[in-house]
Amino acid sequence: MLASVIARRAAFALLTIWLASLLVFVALQALPGNLATQLLGRDATPEAVAQLEQQLHLDRPAWQRYLDWLGGAVTGDFGTSLVSQQPILSAAGLALRNTGLLALVVVVVGVTLSLVLGVVAGLTRDRWPDLGISGVSLIGMSVPEFTVSTVLVLVFAIRLQWFPAVVTDGSDATVGTLLEAIWLPAASLVVVMAAYIVRMMRTSMIDVMASDYVSMARIRGLTSVRVVLRHALPNALLPTLNVIAINVAWLVGGVVVVESIFNYPGIGTLMLQSVRNRDVPMLQFIAVLGALTFVVCNLLADLAAISLNPRLRTPGRAG
Amino acid sequence: MTTASGTLRRSPGRARASRRRWGTSLALGTVLVAVNLLLALAAPLLTSYSPITPDGLAAVEGPSPAHWLGTDSLGRDVLTRVLYGGRYALAVSLSAAAVAIVLGTVLGCLAAYRRGWFDEVLMRLLDAVLSVPAILALLVVVTALGSGGPVIVLAATVIYAPAVIRVVRAAAFSVVSLDYVTAARARGEGFWAILRREVLPNILDVVLVEFAMRCSWIVLLVSSLSFLGFGADPPTPDWGLMVSENRTLLTVTPLSTVAPIVALATLIVGLNLAADGIAKARGIDRIVGGSR
Repeated sequence: MLASVIARRAAFALLTIWLASLLVFVALQALPGNLATQLLGRDATPEAVAQLEQQLHLDRPAWQRYLDWLGGAVTGDFGTSLVSQQPILSAAGLALRNTGLLALVVVVVGVTLSLVLGVVAGLTRDRWPDLGISGVSLIGMSVPEFTVSTVLVLVFAIRLQWFPAVVTDGSDATVGTLLEAIWLPAASLVVVMAAYIVRMMRTSMIDVMASDYVSMARIRGLTSVRVVLRHALPNALLPTLNVIAINVAWLVGGVVVVESIFNYPGIGTLMLQSVRNRDVPMLQFIAVLGALTFVVCNLLADLAAISLNPRLRTPGRAG
Repeated sequence: MTTASGTLRRSPGRARASRRRWGTSLALGTVLVAVNLLLALAAPLLTSYSPITPDGLAAVEGPSPAHWLGTDSLGRDVLTRVLYGGRYALAVSLSAAAVAIVLGTVLGCLAAYRRGWFDEVLMRLLDAVLSVPAILALLVVVTALGSGGPVIVLAATVIYAPAVIRVVRAAAFSVVSLDYVTAARARGEGFWAILRREVLPNILDVVLVEFAMRCSWIVLLVSSLSFLGFGADPPTPDWGLMVSENRTLLTVTPLSTVAPIVALATLIVGLNLAADGIAKARGIDRIVGGSR
């Protein structure tokens, strides 16, 4: 029973990624300008353009190019970057590692912090800890990342000079160098991401604390700590899991602005460069990576929900 | 397969519990949005400066009686640009949210009403659209079609309609199975008549909350786009653009960066508070994901 639920979800996940790759492929065909002309410059001879078109398979119909791409992608070959002329995976490799590092810090700090704050706000509903936390999280979800970053730079890089304002190294920076400069970009992302999780956790904590089984646990004379940790928390986490998943997946696109501000050499900076340079294979790869992250995060959240809540183990109800 | 990036769910008990506070949220939110709207509309009456014409003699000045918030690197009055900046943000986000809401409501109701293969195919397609990072989609569309207002409205619609469709579909599901809809169907009424007379009045609150919420996200996204240099073109007065232009002078004239930030924040806080207020008043849970 459980296996069939998981198999169903996994099949839908694959379908979603495939559809997303198809949609993105079609959208990228709409980018203006002939790619070959663009790469060779305006005064390229028609012969040279024709030769490059043939080399890039641009002379073949779009559906055939999509099938070629799909065939390669399944085996981990995402084509060649038009800018660096390297295979996509090695051209994006370092950027991936750098964004991975940033995301790791953001997820670990952000999720822990927001769950704790959400629980505190939910338990102290409408009193000052809640009003403070809810107020700050409302502002957190109401200002764009670039404003959070700008304010952080103003305070911590310019006035206090605790952290550097930009990363000076390229994508081949060592992990040590990056760790020195990672805090302000990470903090900007944590503020934005945590706001949503805090709000969700607060709401579901309030719901759960008002439920019969929590009252029952209290009547049985269990300590408050035990009631909150053992009875309320697992149930309050359930609806929050999807919000966490969506926010973690959001990072793939969310890093664009923050990375561009701090000159952080990750996948967001790469995305902007690729848009500017019309590096279609790279954009296709980043989009599919985004879809993959989104789907995997949601799948993990679903599985975590199933393991927390036995009622979800029957197919049909969970949809 | 997964919960929508933003879903709304009714819980009758909660409405009673928090009725005390929704009035304040709604009032404060409406006032903030209204003030932003009025200031943007009345901009030419409130200031005699041009938001666009440079003034080389007055570049990079601090606050003074002539320029309350100082000037930027081209000598343009910061207050004037902030006032005019609301026009672009409001026009783009309100129209994009309106189009996304209309499209999302019709398709969402249609999916709930038709069910079957139409619903199934639509949901799978939406999963795929939602899984692509919004900012990447927007960047590609803007690069392909240019960064004019209509293009951004179109792009924001494509990006936000899927989430609206799912929310409206979920809300409409509980309505279309009710007896009065069955009765209307039995009377032989068509989809549009049922949508207008039976379904829409009952999900209007959900649609309103969605509208306010999407507005705030579109303001965020569009200003981020301008900040990155893919949105409003200079010298258009736009808040995101202003922050990116004036950031380099952060230590010299901090107000020229802080003013557009405050303007942006008040508008978005206002929209969020309004959405919160309506949601609480009607007992709707706002489950919000960061799918910008």
